[in-house]
Amino acid sequence: MQIRPILAALRRHKAGTILIALQIALTLAIVCNALFIVHERVERVRRTTGMNEANVIAVQNLYVGSPGTYLPLMKTDLQALRSMPGVEDAYVTNSFPLRRGGWSTTAQRNADDGKNGVQSALYFGDEHALATLGVKLIAGRNFTPGEITSFTRDQQPAPPQVIVTKAFADKMFPDGNALGKTVYYIKGRPSTIIGIVEKLTVPWIDTDFIDNVTIMPLLFDSSYQHFVLRTKPGQQDAVFKSVASTLYGVNRMRVLPEKNGVRTFGMVRSAAYEADRGMAVLMSIVCGVLLAITAAGIVGLSSFWVGQRRKQIGVRRALGARKSDILGYFMTENFLIALAGVVVGVILALGMNQWMLTQFEMQRLSFTYVLVGVVVLLGLGQAAVFAPALRASRVSPVEATRSV
Amino acid sequence: MFGYYVELAVRSLRRSKALTALMILAVALGIGASITTLTVLHVLSGDPLPGRSASVFMPQMDPRDKERDDHPDELPTQVTWADGMNLLHAARARRQALMAAGSTPVQSDDLAIDPFIVPARYTTADFFAMFGVPFRYGQGWTAADDESRTRVAVIGAELNDRLFRGENSVGRTLHVDDVDLRVVGVLAPWRAVPHFYDLNSGNYSVGEEVYVPLGTARAAKLKRNGSIECWGNKSSDEANMETANCVWLQFWVQLDDPAAVASYRRFLDGYVHQQVALGRFERPAVSALPNVMQFLDQQRVVPSDVKLQVWLALGFFAVCLVNTVGLMLAKFMRRAGEVGVRRALGASRRSVFAQLLVEAAVIGLAGGIGGLGLAVLGLAMVRMQPGASAELAHLDLTMLGTTFVISIAAAIAAGLIPAWRTCRIAPALQLKSQ
Repeated sequence: MQIRPILAALRRHKAGTILIALQIALTLAIVCNALFIVHERVERVRRTTGMNEANVIAVQNLYVGSPGTYLPLMKTDLQALRSMPGVEDAYVTNSFPLRRGGWSTTAQRNADDGKNGVQSALYFGDEHALATLGVKLIAGRNFTPGEITSFTRDQQPAPPQVIVTKAFADKMFPDGNALGKTVYYIKGRPSTIIGIVEKLTVPWIDTDFIDNVTIMPLLFDSSYQHFVLRTKPGQQDAVFKSVASTLYGVNRMRVLPEKNGVRTFGMVRSAAYEADRGMAVLMSIVCGVLLAITAAGIVGLSSFWVGQRRKQIGVRRALGARKSDILGYFMTENFLIALAGVVVGVILALGMNQWMLTQFEMQRLSFTYVLVGVVVLLGLGQAAVFAPALRASRVSPVEATRSV
Repeated sequence: MFGYYVELAVRSLRRSKALTALMILAVALGIGASITTLTVLHVLSGDPLPGRSASVFMPQMDPRDKERDDHPDELPTQVTWADGMNLLHAARARRQALMAAGSTPVQSDDLAIDPFIVPARYTTADFFAMFGVPFRYGQGWTAADDESRTRVAVIGAELNDRLFRGENSVGRTLHVDDVDLRVVGVLAPWRAVPHFYDLNSGNYSVGEEVYVPLGTARAAKLKRNGSIECWGNKSSDEANMETANCVWLQFWVQLDDPAAVASYRRFLDGYVHQQVALGRFERPAVSALPNVMQFLDQQRVVPSDVKLQVWLALGFFAVCLVNTVGLMLAKFMRRAGEVGVRRALGASRRSVFAQLLVEAAVIGLAGGIGGLGLAVLGLAMVRMQPGASAELAHLDLTMLGTTFVISIAAAIAAGLIPAWRTCRIAPALQLKSQ
């Protein structure tokens, strides 16, 4: 295949050539970055929490009225929940993974250190917490009922025993063996690590300490509580429907918010990642439409070129060119234009990514995505030009003798 | 002549339906995506207090200790009770209000209705006048009510509908938690977008339904929520928030002219220096006084995803335009013969150009109308998304008109290149090949 005549011909169609190349370049730049964003979001959405998320139900509860202490109410409610048919286990807490609201503090290794600690989310719960969440204890032991204490808004949480995640333990004690070590969540108040769980994530989805969690054997004496329930397999729907009436049956002076009062963990998860999923879907749609429009544009312009050159094609055929030569000519022509387009496109894509790095929270575009984009667009160009090129190859040599 | 051009354009477009449809579709998709995302951006970055935002300011200072050196350059956006009360009582601005967020259960006299939670705001008398909050019935409370901690409340329109069936409920009793408050005012529907006066409860959170004097709320121990930042070893328990080393209140002032702003700046600076001199403030004496829009800018309230979507849509529009230029070029050049004949028969280059441009404009207009339809559809889809900000995505007329005109202009500009290329065809060459 001779490239020189193709280039010479293209020189006579500068505007069209430049437009196709430009369109391919812009499409490549946008598609690479959009697909990369899709990839980032999908990665986020697919992060695990360390929980066994099936059969978990979360209930938001606000007690109405101001008794001296809410502890008796909480305990009665827990008892009622645990004895519900279909419920395997339950506990009461301030927060749980993907709730997007909760407590965090900086933990220190030394009693009097004020700086340079490790950030950790705080979950309060009793000895039922680990089983209800379905997290895996990899070292040490669970809390015992005797270790569970309570605290009020007027106090600060710093129990003598805590269970932490492996990620937190490793950051706190990089040389390993965190079990049995002491950490300080409040100045001068030591807590001993009695257990380490494999993984559990914080309530938020946008933090840089996503795996740093401390579980404290505490009941938070406050009007606002979250009950977490684990149901027996197959019983989730039944419990989901009856849990509100069970609680109202115990005591009417409470509010389970109309929205998000009772949620399965599946609902919690999809609410947490709603925006990310929406963005991924939107980006995918945009990529699809862009590629379709670019393909249609190539088909349109190539068809026009084929129509314009019918006579020349006829002459070439009459002079002995085979159908495959004509087909090859148009395919090669498109490939050359597309190649120029993707070269510019790669530069644009990297530039766009560089700019987005400064404007948005994004990672550097991985080269695989650029490569995939290049292959996709070259392939798209070839596929789009195939039909017009085939039509060109069918032009009869007789055309050469016609005047139009 | 124009009518004739339009007729020619329509006839020419009809001749190649698929190509025309493709061009119109591409322009429509580009315009639709751009209008949708720009409208969302416009709504979310809008002015929460139209006409007032330039004269409402947030005094900022740094009362934190030296212990932790996190964000040394960022001033807290909240104040302590002591500073808030000092500035409030100094009353150096035309209006000033100190406030905190709350969330409180409301019980109805009607026992068939379960208690429900509503967002509340505990604030001082000037809140309503300063932010221009509209009343449907009654009015706000007075500064005297703030001082005497009177048990009064202003309720939102929605709560009034729910509890009192929308009637004038001034004088009726509102049960929140275990406390009875007398309703003194009912608001007309009002919502600040963004929720500028307290971003901690969410940048676009819905308006509060219960407003209670700050002092009353503290005395009655109404449930407070919102962000607290504390330092030092002093207790930060709920009962002692008035003396705690914590910032947890928002403070806003109204200053109507530059002189007032300058004098308030001097006052604030003097206050901060005085506090440093007294040893209450440990960090350097810095203060700031941003107005509403400056504050929103600093806090970067507009979600970055929304900005990303705007850029994506504009990029998409660019590709669509390039695509349309290419197709138009093909279409116009195909009619080179016809143009040659017209030129030979005496049509000037200018009139050929005008005619082709009219054709481009017809495509632009059709694409624009299609894009408008797609934008209405797109915004309806945005509104269906969950989240406090999604429901705000409505077309607003100025926004609509501007984007519409700009996008059609873009489509016509896109038609310039092919029209220009085509009208420069040498007539003789085309006639020869006929």
